[in-house]
Amino acid sequence: MNKLLLHPAAKPLLLALALLPFAQLLWGAVANTLGANPAEALIRGTGDWVLRFLCITLAVTPLREAFGLTGLARMRRMLGNVAFFYGVLHFLCYAWLDMGLDVPAIVADIPKRPFILVGTLALLLMVPLSATSFNRAIKALGAARWKRLHQAVYATALLGLLHFFWMRAGKNDFGEWAVYAVVMAVLLGWRLRRRLQRHSGVRLTS
Amino acid sequence: LPGGKSAVVGANVMDAITPKALSTTYNNFYEFGTDKADPARNAHTLKTRPWTVVVEGAVAKPRTYGIDDLLKLAPMEERIYRLRCVEGWSMVVPWVGWSLAELIKQVEPTGNAKFVEFHTLADPKTMPFVGSRVLEWPYVEGLRLDEAMHPLTMLVFGLYGEVLPNQNGAPLRLAVPWKYGFKSGKSIVKIRFTEQQPKTAWLKAAPQEYGFYSNVNPKVDHPRWSQATERRLGEDGIFAKKRPTLMFNGYESQVGQLYAGLDLVKNY
Repeated sequence: MNKLLLHPAAKPLLLALALLPFAQLLWGAVANTLGANPAEALIRGTGDWVLRFLCITLAVTPLREAFGLTGLARMRRMLGNVAFFYGVLHFLCYAWLDMGLDVPAIVADIPKRPFILVGTLALLLMVPLSATSFNRAIKALGAARWKRLHQAVYATALLGLLHFFWMRAGKNDFGEWAVYAVVMAVLLGWRLRRRLQRHSGVRLTS
Repeated sequence: LPGGKSAVVGANVMDAITPKALSTTYNNFYEFGTDKADPARNAHTLKTRPWTVVVEGAVAKPRTYGIDDLLKLAPMEERIYRLRCVEGWSMVVPWVGWSLAELIKQVEPTGNAKFVEFHTLADPKTMPFVGSRVLEWPYVEGLRLDEAMHPLTMLVFGLYGEVLPNQNGAPLRLAVPWKYGFKSGKSIVKIRFTEQQPKTAWLKAAPQEYGFYSNVNPKVDHPRWSQATERRLGEDGIFAKKRPTLMFNGYESQVGQLYAGLDLVKNY
């Protein structure tokens, strides 16, 4: 498995795979196969993929450590950028399809509706992460600072989860939300446990 | 199910009719699933015969109607109504049925009848999502008596000249064109006249989002989205700007007087 992940074609292949949902939605929009309300299908579809790629990105480190899949590490930044890509699409779909690119209306709408505000914050938090997703940025910032900055992804994940919760709250329809919540709880819980273990470990050796 | 021309003012809007393929596949009918495509997929299990509608409460002549009695109760009319969903989309549907007032007159509401409650079917054997926690079942909706008596308030048995498909609320449903779509209950089994304002399903589930009146009103936003504009399904392209929503869904001259003096922001 690790050999496969380290193959030079693995990364471009994974990227192509990650962009398949985008191609599918784009094709659906062009061919008009997204059902009676294509705008809604695009807004919701892109939003679903943000949450999915956040989960996938957050799963990289736990999977790497649990199964010794060191080859996964080089996919992490790319997957995070894919999540950001879907986030930008999601926002563009909202701004264009829902708000008709009416900038004053969008600016008024965002603070007015908590669930949109939270979603926008989650996306804004991803901007500096995506902007520093190349090797020279890591060098320029220093690995420790870069790492600390990129922990903002945890906030993005939680805000994204809250955004989706509020969106579904009107219909008390939390089945799908619960799946994302459990996955994220496991992925963030794993990190929390590791941190606690390290702290107690430090105390034991000192 | 053919329907004659209606003499009711406002019964035939000039808007382009939404293709039947859309209005029969994009439905909110949570008893069959919360996805818009679910009802068309799942509602084939609904048994629409035999079917009875109990009419009770504050009336001089309570009665249980069989579906065949109702089909003959008044001449069928075709009416082309706008349907504005609270979610921000709209359709134009040619319904077949008659004014609910025809039935109300037959049962003779007493002086205590101030409201009308509509109970819809909640049969876990034929409706797979009646067990879900989305709403309290059965789905109950309600109107003020004067709203229910308004000639535009329609008991519907068909659309596009045909018998109602199950996913659209067979064998009979309501159509109240100046209110958000969820006020028009589907697959009705009981009509009850009451003195107290009915405790309706959405009011119980999310009172801060869905009021009892739920009149279409572009000036009163839903807490999570604007109601100023809407997307007309099948007509407005994906990238088209949404069209402005009309006060009372464009039926203001017919129904505006029902709400004279009422604060429509408070009574949303």
